[in-house]
Amino acid sequence: MKRSMPAIVLLSLFALSGCDMVVLNPSGDVATQQADLIIYSTVLMLIIILPVMALTVFFAWKYRESNKNATYEPDWDHSTSLEIIIWSVPLAIIICLAGLTFVATHRLDPFEPLRRLSDGQEIDPNVEPMVIQVSAMDWKWLFIYPEQGIATVNEVAAVVDRPIKFEITSTTVMNSFFVPALAGQIYAMSGMQTELNAIINEPGTYKGFSANYSGEGFSQMHFKFHGKSEADFDAWIQQVRAQGTILDRDTIAQLNQPSIAHPVTYYNSVEEGLWDKIVNLCIDDNSLCVNDMMMVDALGGGGLEGLWNRELFRGICSADDPGALMAMIRPEMRIRQDEIITAMTLVPPAVAN
Amino acid sequence: MSLSHEAADGITHVSGVDPIFGKLSWGVFPFYEPVIFYTFIAVALGGIAVVGALTYFRLWGYLWKEWFTSIDHKKIGIMYMVLGLIMLLRGFADALLMRLHQAMAASGGEGYLNAHHYDQIFTAHGVIMIFFVAMPFVTGFMNYVMPLQIGARDVAFPFLNNLSFWLTVSGAVLIMISLFVGEFSTAGWLAYAPFSGLDYSPSVGMDYYLWSLNIAGIGTTLSGINLVVTIVKMRAPGMTLMKMPVFVWTALCTNILIVATFPVLTATLALLTADRYLGTHFFTNDLGGNPMMYVNLIWIWGHPEVYILILPIFGIFSEIVPTFTGKRLFGYTSMVYATCVIMVLSYIVWLHHFFTMGAGANVNAFFGITTMIISIPTGAKIFNWLFTMYKGRIRFETPMLWVMGFMLTFVIGGMTGVLLAVPPADYVLHNSLFLIAHFHNVIIGGVVFGIFAGIIYWWPKAFGFQLAPFWGKVSFWCWLIGFYLAFMPLYVLGLMGVTRRISQFEDTFYSVYFVLALIGALFIAAGIGAFIIQIIVSILKRDELRDATGDPWNGRTLEWSTSSPPPYYNFAFTPRVHELDAFTQMKREEFVRPIDGFIPIHMPRYTATGIVMAGFMTVMGFALVWHVWWLAILSFAATLLYGIGHTFNYNRDYYVPADEVREIESQRTQQLTGAAE
Repeated sequence: MKRSMPAIVLLSLFALSGCDMVVLNPSGDVATQQADLIIYSTVLMLIIILPVMALTVFFAWKYRESNKNATYEPDWDHSTSLEIIIWSVPLAIIICLAGLTFVATHRLDPFEPLRRLSDGQEIDPNVEPMVIQVSAMDWKWLFIYPEQGIATVNEVAAVVDRPIKFEITSTTVMNSFFVPALAGQIYAMSGMQTELNAIINEPGTYKGFSANYSGEGFSQMHFKFHGKSEADFDAWIQQVRAQGTILDRDTIAQLNQPSIAHPVTYYNSVEEGLWDKIVNLCIDDNSLCVNDMMMVDALGGGGLEGLWNRELFRGICSADDPGALMAMIRPEMRIRQDEIITAMTLVPPAVAN
Repeated sequence: MSLSHEAADGITHVSGVDPIFGKLSWGVFPFYEPVIFYTFIAVALGGIAVVGALTYFRLWGYLWKEWFTSIDHKKIGIMYMVLGLIMLLRGFADALLMRLHQAMAASGGEGYLNAHHYDQIFTAHGVIMIFFVAMPFVTGFMNYVMPLQIGARDVAFPFLNNLSFWLTVSGAVLIMISLFVGEFSTAGWLAYAPFSGLDYSPSVGMDYYLWSLNIAGIGTTLSGINLVVTIVKMRAPGMTLMKMPVFVWTALCTNILIVATFPVLTATLALLTADRYLGTHFFTNDLGGNPMMYVNLIWIWGHPEVYILILPIFGIFSEIVPTFTGKRLFGYTSMVYATCVIMVLSYIVWLHHFFTMGAGANVNAFFGITTMIISIPTGAKIFNWLFTMYKGRIRFETPMLWVMGFMLTFVIGGMTGVLLAVPPADYVLHNSLFLIAHFHNVIIGGVVFGIFAGIIYWWPKAFGFQLAPFWGKVSFWCWLIGFYLAFMPLYVLGLMGVTRRISQFEDTFYSVYFVLALIGALFIAAGIGAFIIQIIVSILKRDELRDATGDPWNGRTLEWSTSSPPPYYNFAFTPRVHELDAFTQMKREEFVRPIDGFIPIHMPRYTATGIVMAGFMTVMGFALVWHVWWLAILSFAATLLYGIGHTFNYNRDYYVPADEVREIESQRTQQLTGAAE
């Protein structure tokens, strides 16, 4: 009948797409759990959706005007038991779904370290996650590997079955870091850092891209994500080291220029403290780091004083020299030096040495 | 692309603004874009034809006297619907351009649009469809139907109503101008900061967006206040709150939402405007600006806005279902409470639009669960319509077909919506074509279907003849098939990891889905075409389709008790209400229409102040977009002075003499006798 058409269209489309639906058939454990959640939630809701659709069609057919055999009660408009059912059944389903949501949201919080390798496999607590720092730029992705001391543009690799911790920011407008086969997305925003913990369980090459519109080069703002065995990963690192050049503030300034479909680029070393400057938007000598400015403002230097401070202290960066921050704040605050430096998670010079 | 950038560059240098012409120069006309050039030619020719025809048939005076300056809620309601229909054509043209481009680009080509132009099209599509199609349609319904349903003669502030309408038109006009003078925003329909700031969107497109919505937003807020007061203060005697028709209840909740949320939109856009014009840093990346604040604020308006659109539509369905099942609405009380619960809950779910911003698990879980809770009252509504059909005698006239299409389609959209409310699921579905499919599923399957159902349902009331059913049914089936063809592939594409707002594709893997979606869009185009044919055919055959009774569907509420079209004073005597379905009760108790004893009726006078003030506001918006400061100041002052001048106009109302009422009513009596024979 005509009313089954939507279902037929839907089913045939699903059949057509087969296994290409990466969101439902991913290769990383986080995304796998998210896919399972989609399936469970859908099934839970179909418990009520399908009967409603069936009843709609059935009532429409049964109580059509031409069917004079059907009962007709023009004044029947209330039934307490029916009303209890129509409020409580959806309520019961939503309670189940809400429980599922609460647990899953906490378990799959992107900021939380992973608890398992894959279904049934615990994580070895001694294995540190591999940190990859990610910055969205106009219109490309920069990846920095602090552990390996290398960096890349528009290509990223990770070891299969080793937890990854992405630290994500943006030097430009808001973007969203998304590798569907690996894990859900998280926004990349300038002046701050978001995190995504994930793991890839199968070797292969996967698509990654920005999932939040960011302008003219947005469509081409994609990259390849490689899941590699330990040996392959080491070989890739060697390749990057062999082919790359240095990534310093000048290079970042060049990368900050908008470009569309930027080629894959390798860097074999990364200037010290570069990530802090990227996150805090103080790559050039002419700007005041966001974290420093916020701290000065929080200590009473906001408003017009803040403008004055910005002009006066351009290029000074507490990440390079924690003492420099003290010059910016009001004299009476300087006695709280230790407290302030701790609050900014900066390592005091004495400890660093 | 390069050319448009030259144009953009030519107008970015604020310091080089000409004191007379602002940023305007010959370079601002984007006729180097062939698509825009031919559109301009077509629009210009069409415009000349319309203007020529109006002049030839000497209709300008009629339109001005009877429509543009009218403060009759019925005429304003109809003008809102006309605005919605015109803008639907523009917004849908944008949709077709996108579908065609994506189908081409996904099939191995580059498509025919460059990224800059494509970005403007999806922005314009969203802005127009929400602000200048869906909003005028629902406001039009509330304007036309609500006062009739509560037995009132007009709204509480009739002049304000006219002003609200023309301010909405003013916003629409600014967006239409942006097509040919300069360019439109590329920042998406909600203009997320910092992208919408001066650093990343220096062109005038964003300014068109801001001033258009600022001006139209004032109109919407005023209209909201007006309608709330009307419902609270002007109900017929006996119509207690729990005897109001459900459409009036939904209109009340909607307008409360408008009054509470549109100021948030206005404030947010005002802050963004300050960032762009005054050099403040509310939403910039630097100097302590906070783009996340913008996203929060815009959705604190944006989510209730979704319910502003759908609640009156739920009201329309709640009127249509009892009428065509010939039965009282099942569970009126729970319907009312469900509406109120949705109204309240819609304020505390906004964060579900950006779970991926990185709020903590507790915050995300809270907003996810509140979102799911909304599905309970919504589900109750669906059940109420379902059980209204139960033991009814259903006539499948065209409005009822739309209801059936709605009930089957909307539940799918509701289901995918709840799915998106599960934060970890949203992480993989957010911003994907799955999301696009979801909200089109509820907006087309809910709002648009409801609009068509409502137009066909109340058309005979507004014009005195019915719409020819054949083309209406063609339109329905084209829309229904078109919707499924256009959006089911997008669900699948979303599950394949395709994100929204993409204009170029890496491979041809997705081609078949985009081609299917294009075919679906063409079906919808046929649906819109059939709807317009339906109107034209019905106007031509209006004598055959004439309804003399004023009650063609065996309606249940007060609007059906008066003539079609209703006299300008709506009711010769204010009706008295004893029950929920007031007109059904009147018919049952064989109510006799009074044919004598009329008294003079107090009515407001028409005024041109609304259209003149909105005209000045349009000039002001245009001048501000182009930094023509002297003109902006002049037109702003003119708006204020004209408005103040209007307050000294004491000739605002008059009494319709009893004789005139008697004459109109006796014509109706003859009509009714004629219909009875």
